[in-house]
Amino acid sequence: MSINWYKYSSPQTFFPLAGKLAFVFGALALVACAAGLYLGFFVAPTDAQQGESYRIIFIHVPAAWMSMFLYVVMAFWAGVGLAFNTRLSGMMASAIAPTGALFTFIALWTGSFWGKPTWGTWWVWDARLTSELILLFLYLGFMALQAAIDDPRRADRAGALLALVGVVNVPIIYFSVQWWNTLHQGASVSLTKSPTMATTMLAGMLVMTFGFWFYGIAAVLLRARCIMLERERASDWAMQYARGAA
Amino acid sequence: MNWGSLNNFLAMGGYGLYVWGSYVVTLVLIVAELILLARRRRSAVGRIR
Repeated sequence: MSINWYKYSSPQTFFPLAGKLAFVFGALALVACAAGLYLGFFVAPTDAQQGESYRIIFIHVPAAWMSMFLYVVMAFWAGVGLAFNTRLSGMMASAIAPTGALFTFIALWTGSFWGKPTWGTWWVWDARLTSELILLFLYLGFMALQAAIDDPRRADRAGALLALVGVVNVPIIYFSVQWWNTLHQGASVSLTKSPTMATTMLAGMLVMTFGFWFYGIAAVLLRARCIMLERERASDWAMQYARGAA
Repeated sequence: MNWGSLNNFLAMGGYGLYVWGSYVVTLVLIVAELILLARRRRSAVGRIR
């Protein structure tokens, strides 16, 4: 079986597909988050050292992972758009930025609410925290730069350069806990070592990660649909859709 | 994990402010994003018509 992927690289054909996918991933996100919260609050035991405050990690770690992952995907689409000048790639990059910024903010906020009872401070200029804050500024800078340029194709190209240069920050965030010996703890979960936490805690965190991931896909696709409608408002398919939409 | 009572659940072993302060803000932000997306779609459709 072969799928003609090029068919979906035009907004006209991708628009209805994105709508269906957003619905499916939104439903999956609800199920995964409900299961993850159940595991996190009713199955996972109290932490021996941190008490109940550790339950913040069920949103903190997934949000932090998503903030980095979405940035890489955004930079990927921005790079594809820059290299091949495809319409949809730039729209995807623009659609990812606000959701990426949202997850970055959630990671910083929940980290702060975990840090206060655990470290005794809301904020510290630790390498991990500072590089994650820079990630938030990169997302906001990308959005501000695009918003400042009227021609969407030029905005895509300028944003793409910023997004690609900013990718250097992602490995800095990821390895910051190894490269600099500051306050933030090292990774509790890695591909090479067995995790240093109870299985049920890990399960709750991973299920919540899937929940955030599915939510991120749904939100990005919904925003991509808005961007397609905005940019292609003069096209037949957009007018047809607008006439049918309530 | 058996919390015993709703009060115990909300107290989170004394960390209620921090745990719920994290979860409530996350929920509010996600709901806000969805509302903004619905509005943006409506205004995009409105501008076409």
